[in-house]
Amino acid sequence: MENESGLKESVFLSAYLAVKEIWRNRARFLMVALVIALITLLVLFIAALGEGLGNGNREYLSKLDAELVAFQAKSDFLIAASRMERGRLSSIRRVEGVADAGMVGTASVNLILPGDAPVLKAALLGVEPGHTGEPPVLEGEPLSTDLADEVIIDRNTALQSGLQVGDVAQIRVTQGTRDEFYNLRVAGITDGQQYGLQPTMFAPFFTWDKVRPKSEAEVNGSEAVGNVILIKLAEGADADIVAQRLVTQVKNTDIASVQQAIQALPGYSAQQSTLNTQGVFTLFIGVLVIGGFFQIQVLQKVPQIGVLKAIGASNRVVAYASVIQIVVITMIGVLIGGLLAFVFSLTFPPTVPIVFNGTTSLIAIAALLLIGPIGGLVSIRYAVKIEPLKALGLSS
Amino acid sequence: MKNKETTYALQTDAVQKIYESEFGTIRAVDGVSLAVQAGEFVALVGPSGSGKTTMLSILAALLQPSAGRVVLDGQDLAQMTDKERVALRREKIGFTFQANNLVPYLNALENVELMLRLNNRLDKAGKMRAEELLARLGLGERLYNLPGQMSGGQQQRVAIARALIHNPSLVLADEPTASLDTERAYQVVKTFAGLIHEQNRAGIMVTHDLRMCEYVDRVLLMKDGQLVRVIKDEKEIKAFAQGAGE
Repeated sequence: MENESGLKESVFLSAYLAVKEIWRNRARFLMVALVIALITLLVLFIAALGEGLGNGNREYLSKLDAELVAFQAKSDFLIAASRMERGRLSSIRRVEGVADAGMVGTASVNLILPGDAPVLKAALLGVEPGHTGEPPVLEGEPLSTDLADEVIIDRNTALQSGLQVGDVAQIRVTQGTRDEFYNLRVAGITDGQQYGLQPTMFAPFFTWDKVRPKSEAEVNGSEAVGNVILIKLAEGADADIVAQRLVTQVKNTDIASVQQAIQALPGYSAQQSTLNTQGVFTLFIGVLVIGGFFQIQVLQKVPQIGVLKAIGASNRVVAYASVIQIVVITMIGVLIGGLLAFVFSLTFPPTVPIVFNGTTSLIAIAALLLIGPIGGLVSIRYAVKIEPLKALGLSS
Repeated sequence: MKNKETTYALQTDAVQKIYESEFGTIRAVDGVSLAVQAGEFVALVGPSGSGKTTMLSILAALLQPSAGRVVLDGQDLAQMTDKERVALRREKIGFTFQANNLVPYLNALENVELMLRLNNRLDKAGKMRAEELLARLGLGERLYNLPGQMSGGQQQRVAIARALIHNPSLVLADEPTASLDTERAYQVVKTFAGLIHEQNRAGIMVTHDLRMCEYVDRVLLMKDGQLVRVIKDEKEIKAFAQGAGE
């Protein structure tokens, strides 16, 4: 029984004892499973919120068909703080290893909705038609020329505004001291491309420069200035080498990878680390709750475990029974919590920044399945140390 | 002497259990030698603190003696590893305890079958034997009752069935009647004695209730850790038990 060949028998006996105890005390065990389910729900929602908020910030950048982002030197990779004039775009396109480059300008505008609906705050990005930075359309046509009065809207804008391909989007912006209204035809619709947690519209770069909010000084300015230049590398080109060339050959320019640019988005890292900390603390609370429950459970069962050991149950059987019980209860709790999270997720409107990403959810579920055995470690150790003499009311 | 050794199921030789405490040395068991044959039911009696439960723990391979020898079925307990002692308890010893005897989440039949499961010997015949044994103990209608749904006497009878189902060499009972009324206590001990004789097991019952000695073959009286008196004669045992009852 105690040798290797007895391992299977020990596991079967332990599983028998563990399952019998759970079944005959199902109300009590269901309660702790429900607590684990609530913790699961919380952890999954925090993970989904982190994913949703992060996605809202980085979605456009993360879906780019580009590897590098050129910033004005010393702008700390902050898109809003960077200013890139068009002259630099030509210089960048000439650098060896660069397949394509596109200027991007960012702005925030008010989209006027029909009827009494409140205006929709949206990001308006200026991109180069046919170049890196212009998102692929799912419906309609790409942008036609640099000066066309048209936009591509992302799925979120379409959902929130009701605009369709061919409709006219009216935007209101402040230029100098005056409110100006512009009409832009919706040329196409792209998938979710949020930028700065806002639904997004993409206009040809010069159109963008014409309609974007401007200060008094900018109103009379002649040169169109964007924020960053997106760079797509030639096939087989090494990103580090090309970045080095760009810094050397294009004056006053810093180069970041797309990932670096995402990390530098205002508040992005702080937001993600806050949510990750919350997630970790919730898992820690889970460890304490499960640990506490099973510790109390073992304390109540000291004489019973003593009897089991006295009549010949090995420590292995007692330990495996505890482990199996904890794993089963944790799995039931995580399953219930996962189902609840799924059901709740169906009820959220698309505007709520909660995204159940498969990988993130699986990592959260794996962590939740681990907290049971981790939380129960102390109780398992305690159960193993109970002396069979307790059956006779004695101790050594 | 060698010939005698082979006929005894259990034999002890000058067993001692000594504890050191802040109040000095405590001799819980002090030089106890005894032997029990198969088919013999022995009562180990004595006042509180006389060392009978400690002695039972040593016989059950739950406690290591400070000195002396315990031999069960020809195996010297002192020569065994912890794992071997666990296996010995599982295979060769049957137990009933004073309280918390049964696993509360297993029904009567499952509690009895547990001993066969522990020994990896639960088969169809074993299941039938467990049912028959419980039926013989008057629990045929209670097979699927949980311990919490049974009286103290019924629980003790389930514990007796569990102690005997795996054909152990030695059956140990620690105060089996402590929580029972007199009538039930007599019933339980009478049944226990009957089965021990019938199945040819060596049985030792620790009890403070001397009236229960009526059904045993021998009474061992302990005091201050020592074996102070042995009563073998049937009439003497009856008189001893009846004297306690008066």
